[in-house]
Amino acid sequence: MSKLYDMVVIGAGPGGLAAAVTADKLGLSTLVVDEQPEPGGQIYRSIERSLGQNSQVLGKDYFAGKSLVESFRASGVTYRPETSVWNINKSLNVDLLTAGASQRVRGRQILFSVGAMERPVPIPNWTLPGVMGAASADILFKSSDMVPEGPVVLAGSGPLLLLVACHLVDNGVKPAAMVETAGFREYAKALSYLPKALPCSNYLLKGLQMRLKVRRANVPLYLGCRDLAVIGKEQAEGLRFTYRGEQKEVAAATVLLHEGVVPNLRLSQLLNCAHEWYEPQRYWRPVLDSWGQTSVPGISIAGDAGGIWGAKVAEASGHLAALDIACKLQVINKEKRDRLAASYQKTVDREKLIRPFLDHVFPPNGQVLVPPDDATIVCRCEELTAGQIREAIAQGARDPAQVKGQTRSGMGPCQGRMCGATIAEMIAESCSLDIAQMGSLRVRPPLKPLTIEQLANLELLEED
Amino acid sequence: MLKRLHENRPGVARVTITFEGEPLYVPAGETVIAAVMAAGAGYNRTSSISGAHRAPYCQMGVCFECLMEIDGIPNQQACMIQVRDGMVVNRQRGAKELADE
Repeated sequence: MSKLYDMVVIGAGPGGLAAAVTADKLGLSTLVVDEQPEPGGQIYRSIERSLGQNSQVLGKDYFAGKSLVESFRASGVTYRPETSVWNINKSLNVDLLTAGASQRVRGRQILFSVGAMERPVPIPNWTLPGVMGAASADILFKSSDMVPEGPVVLAGSGPLLLLVACHLVDNGVKPAAMVETAGFREYAKALSYLPKALPCSNYLLKGLQMRLKVRRANVPLYLGCRDLAVIGKEQAEGLRFTYRGEQKEVAAATVLLHEGVVPNLRLSQLLNCAHEWYEPQRYWRPVLDSWGQTSVPGISIAGDAGGIWGAKVAEASGHLAALDIACKLQVINKEKRDRLAASYQKTVDREKLIRPFLDHVFPPNGQVLVPPDDATIVCRCEELTAGQIREAIAQGARDPAQVKGQTRSGMGPCQGRMCGATIAEMIAESCSLDIAQMGSLRVRPPLKPLTIEQLANLELLEED
Repeated sequence: MLKRLHENRPGVARVTITFEGEPLYVPAGETVIAAVMAAGAGYNRTSSISGAHRAPYCQMGVCFECLMEIDGIPNQQACMIQVRDGMVVNRQRGAKELADE
């Protein structure tokens, strides 16, 4: 298999697939690397073998991915599924791991389209079996035709929480309750962003239809809830929360938590790309030009890894990034790039209009950003509580790396993916620091756990 | 904890995997963690510090809660691997296996 490519794309979701299809059409040699066994990313997960019985529930937004995946399969792109990237350096060498074997490839240009992840929701007992991210339920439905067994509670905030609730209802699983942290106060604050979102009335309508569906199913809805805590000893048994000043409990075997999604920054942080703080949703995102170029030469980003804009923007931004990369490689000139880009740019501009409204209707709950209860586990791998993190801060730690040095937070197998942002928020709050001025956990290779044997047997490029 | 929506899946083959010594006859294409959870495993690993039961959180490779021993190799992300006929799957117990490796 070749090791040198014009473009190496990491991620086979809508952004990566679109970029690969466009690059292939323009004659670029293209490699797409993806961790999952099938193309589609999380949004179009398992679309190629989706069961006919599920097509009505999955709906047209899901099947919008079908033609994209088909174009990708029909293209001349080299595709390496079940492959993880464990290092990339500034010479644009990409170190891969497939089926236990390490190999280095190189791209003249590299595109990250590694998507988003659910913001971790550290509440008391969230490490109990039966507690999952809400997106998990959708992934299990798409990839394995499964739904939770026994009573389900959905808790938190965000459009995805509502979508997952609808899928459950459609699949005959009536949630025991929806416990939402956003409420009328947030809705009122977001109203000023509504007029600019009106061109995206299809999303607003879809939102209302989803609300209606959950309501018609008689799912009890609690808005503006606080003090969420999972109840249970060995396994989740329910959710406790405060609603209008009153403590409530709902029994459940499965608790689905969600507080929005955040960009996956592992690769852009590894490469030290410039990032900016996005206050409404309180996440970092890479600084990109309109083509997705980062501050690091040779590295571009498409899709939600560059900021949460959704699947349609991801796809269009993938095409745009590939056009610009083709231009940088002098395969097409700027005039041709701009001409081919026009319709994609229009899609991006239109689809982005809904986000300021959504981002303000569903702000992350402050009690999830900074867990108030000292007993709440923050670092799931090393089992460190909010109290232990606060103790490290009291002893002088002023950025997540110092907390890591004192406590081992972020040193387990997830490498800080689940605790890094929470720890930064905790330091900012405890010490009245501006989080935008604070460092993140330093991302270091290997990005995925690797055995010494796999490291030692890395198959290098000929000139290395 | 999880259940299959359709036991009858036209055109979908079945494979046999072994989980903790017990055979499971499951539809191809399912992830290892999904197949195990649908069989009522309840948890797939014990944590390395306190030994608490853990089960998957993200299903997409981020949280590393789904770590299992697959075909003798520990620390496998069972949410990213599809079932294969003859696969031998075991719970990952604490840090003991990590140290043994």
